[in-house]
Amino acid sequence: MTQMALVIDLNVCVGCHACVTSCKEWNTSGSAGALVDDNPYGKDPTGTFFNRVQTFEVGEYPNTQTVHFPKSCLHCEDPPCVPVCPTGASYKRKEDGIVLVDYDKCIGCKYCAWACPYGVRELDERRHEMTKCTLCIDRIYNPKLPASDRKPACVMACPTNARLFGDIHDPDSEVSVAIREQGGYQLMPEWGTKPANHYLPRRKTVIPIREDQLTRADNPLKIDGKLPKPALKEPSLDDVTSW
Amino acid sequence: MNPALSVIFFTTLIGVGQGLFLALYCAQLLSLVAVIAAPAPGFYALGSAIALVFLVAGLAASFLHLGHPERAWRAAAMWRTSWLSREVIVLPAFIGTVVLYGAAHYIGGAAAPRGISLALGGIATLLCLTLFVCTGMIYACIRFMQEWASPLTLANYFLLGSASGFTLATAFAFFFAADLWPIFAAIAAALTLFAFVSRAASLHRNARITPKSTLQTAIGVRHPKIVQKAQGAMGGSFNTREFFHGKRPAFARSVKWIFLVLAFPLPLLLLAGGFALASAALLVAAFAVQYAGLLAERWFFFAQANHPQNLYYQAVS
Repeated sequence: MTQMALVIDLNVCVGCHACVTSCKEWNTSGSAGALVDDNPYGKDPTGTFFNRVQTFEVGEYPNTQTVHFPKSCLHCEDPPCVPVCPTGASYKRKEDGIVLVDYDKCIGCKYCAWACPYGVRELDERRHEMTKCTLCIDRIYNPKLPASDRKPACVMACPTNARLFGDIHDPDSEVSVAIREQGGYQLMPEWGTKPANHYLPRRKTVIPIREDQLTRADNPLKIDGKLPKPALKEPSLDDVTSW
Repeated sequence: MNPALSVIFFTTLIGVGQGLFLALYCAQLLSLVAVIAAPAPGFYALGSAIALVFLVAGLAASFLHLGHPERAWRAAAMWRTSWLSREVIVLPAFIGTVVLYGAAHYIGGAAAPRGISLALGGIATLLCLTLFVCTGMIYACIRFMQEWASPLTLANYFLLGSASGFTLATAFAFFFAADLWPIFAAIAAALTLFAFVSRAASLHRNARITPKSTLQTAIGVRHPKIVQKAQGAMGGSFNTREFFHGKRPAFARSVKWIFLVLAFPLPLLLLAGGFALASAALLVAAFAVQYAGLLAERWFFFAQANHPQNLYYQAVS
């Protein structure tokens, strides 16, 4: 069993929207057809995006955290959008667990969007077909791309490496290790959809420093002892002098 | 949800057609056991034709909902898993059987062999009830649409559709069968009353729903105070257009009271008045008022459903 997925590290996402624009750029240029862009430079620009970065403020001033939250199809292991599709246009691939839409079969009834609790499917309002993240299915197996580029466009674009891509069923994959060791979690677990995409939580970076790490414990020549010892907080040039 | 006019008309129109057909078959069964005299010739054929007008109009409205109506035939494919697909199969089957039912009566006339029309009517009744189940389950099966995920949704579709169909049948039968229309009026009144109880029960239930999903589970941050600051788009998106009706709460509340008056007590009064005065105008008005009420009811049914995805679209920026 293989289940390809993204793991998104909320701790390092800076909300730059590079994943959004690179996703749109790649997917609007593909063989499946352009994604609508209405009034891109005018008032109320709108259009189809497979990926969006939202921003939430957690806590109360002054103790607040800004959480940038990239949101795309989670490629659920039990996707509620698939069984409701009357035409079979919405399907989950057996070989890698990616949830896809066969655009040529889609009748544009929007029922799958109703059946997705995450709101990650967007009807392209000019093509009248349901569209969604494909995990860049046309990149990740593309023999024309160098092997290092066979990743989703959003993963390639992320400047802080907040997006990891891999097989969450392989216990030794980068994504599985990240989920296991950094507390990866799923969105809205209450609906039992088992999203494949996971998120890594915000965490405080704590570097524990003990006293003996600040003074040299191993100092056979006792050089420190011969020099005037600077106070702990003062800058020092080790072994030589104190400023 | 943002109620789509196409779906509002689709579900209400086929409800009337289904209810009217049930009334016709009910009349046939009653005349079979000689509770009523056989209605005037043309009653069943014309009644089936009227039911077909509603069903086909509903079917046409459903096509307006599709982005690619020319691919609609594909929708019959996934009947094993999708209630929408099952509805797509059952609706034309029901329409076809009603055509045959009406034709059997039209061609056979009064001397028609009873067996054929009875059998066709029996099949059509089964299909009709299946269609009610399919329509209701399309909404009731989405488990995170908590306002819909209830057996009451099925009961409402069945009772509201049947009530409006029998109200229409009362007005229709007034011109054809003197001893039949009071029976229809009584059944229509009873169904309207049951529909009111069932719809009121679902309103009561929905007013007390605790949403299972919260902003905390939506983004996975355990903190009681989370405020959205940006949704990733300034000019809205499919998600804001499809899942929010955009009307003020006061508007939705008034639609609720409008349908609670138009769909239930007013038609009951008009039916009673029509019965007492034997007035065709009042009976026709009963149907017209009830149908208008059902349009409002269906708008509210969609508008009230609060999709969990809305948690991600609370603030533009």
